[in-house]
Amino acid sequence: MASQSSSQTIGPFFHGALIRGKEHILISDQSEGERILIQGQLFDGDGHPVPDGMIEIWQADGRGFFNHPADPHRSQADPHFRGFGRAETTDGFTFYTIRPGIIPGHVVPFINVRIFARGMLIHAVTRIYFDDEKENENDPVLRLVPPHRRHTLLAVGEDGGRWPTFRFNIYLQGPRETVFFL
Amino acid sequence: MKNPQLVNGLDWQVHPPFLHPPYTSTVKRAPQEPLIALPQSLAELTGPVFGEGDLEPLDNDLTRNGVVNGEPIGERIIVTGRVIDESGRPVPGALLEVWQANACGRYRHHKDQHDAPLDPNFTGTGRIITDQHGFYRLTTIRPGAYPWRNHENAWRPPHIHFSLFGRHFLQRLVTQMYFPGDPLLPLDPIFNGIPDENGRARLISHYAHDVTEPEWALGYRFDIVVCGPRETPFENKGE
Repeated sequence: MASQSSSQTIGPFFHGALIRGKEHILISDQSEGERILIQGQLFDGDGHPVPDGMIEIWQADGRGFFNHPADPHRSQADPHFRGFGRAETTDGFTFYTIRPGIIPGHVVPFINVRIFARGMLIHAVTRIYFDDEKENENDPVLRLVPPHRRHTLLAVGEDGGRWPTFRFNIYLQGPRETVFFL
Repeated sequence: MKNPQLVNGLDWQVHPPFLHPPYTSTVKRAPQEPLIALPQSLAELTGPVFGEGDLEPLDNDLTRNGVVNGEPIGERIIVTGRVIDESGRPVPGALLEVWQANACGRYRHHKDQHDAPLDPNFTGTGRIITDQHGFYRLTTIRPGAYPWRNHENAWRPPHIHFSLFGRHFLQRLVTQMYFPGDPLLPLDPIFNGIPDENGRARLISHYAHDVTEPEWALGYRFDIVVCGPRETPFENKGE
């Protein structure tokens, strides 16, 4: 057994290598499903925005399938939706994506999130759930979270805008610290 | 339906903690609440699939992909290695994205105010996808050391940043490659955020004379290990 290579910080100068395209836009004209915006900001323990971070998301397509060999339903996955997005956090972050479908065997839709920043020697892992899903209380992962902290995983619907818009702020520490996973 | 093979999660023996006060920026950015173990589902055991269509032809050669009016200045080097998992299996199709300072220790970035020259012919960025045996190879310029404001007279040891996408999102890793024999390594709080001596050693590349090309460039070998399949009690751990 070899041991894992250790993580190191992304540092402040990653943009030229990692933010070169428009990977915060996960959709094309042909992608299937309901278009949504996810907007948020990354905050430090003093409540200040973190301007030099990077957020990555990974999600199922509009019907709950992944375009990945491990998904037994891959053949049904939307060929026009990769499901991966990333954005830097200079002025907050915005993802243009599809509201994910429910993965077979799961209860509600969600999006996996990874957070990188200068000052983080290793990335943090969290999830976005949607506040308008009635079955959230039956989700086995949300049920692992102490009830008073579950709201930190909920993207909150906002009024206005052309597309349904959800706000998901991420608090690295402090009284509103987001729930992070191992 | 066959469930995907479960994998080992992050090994906290080798990964740095969120909070490492000698690296002062961790103090306000380190989560403090306990992490919650996430059961592995299809959402964790899948991830973006990248292919050659995601690459430009010169992405693996940083001595050529930024050329405007001449060759970049500095010591040309070859960096090669393998991406494997903890069980030793190669990870083919892994996307590696790299970025680094130029030979003078300056990044091509508007926030980098270090008083050192920019190189008009060097962007310091590249990407490679590992081959079927997990191998990658890139050509670049040896990066310089540079000062930072973490503490008095703080200098980062020369390094190349590596971002890695493996078979699935649990293998996601961002790390840095260092150079052998560097006197700045014992002084660097980022490198020394790694709790384990073997873990630190794993991030130091090795000079490789068999990779060195005569009359052209020195070679360095740097292997990267990502999480592998979770052992079951029935497998022989003694091997």
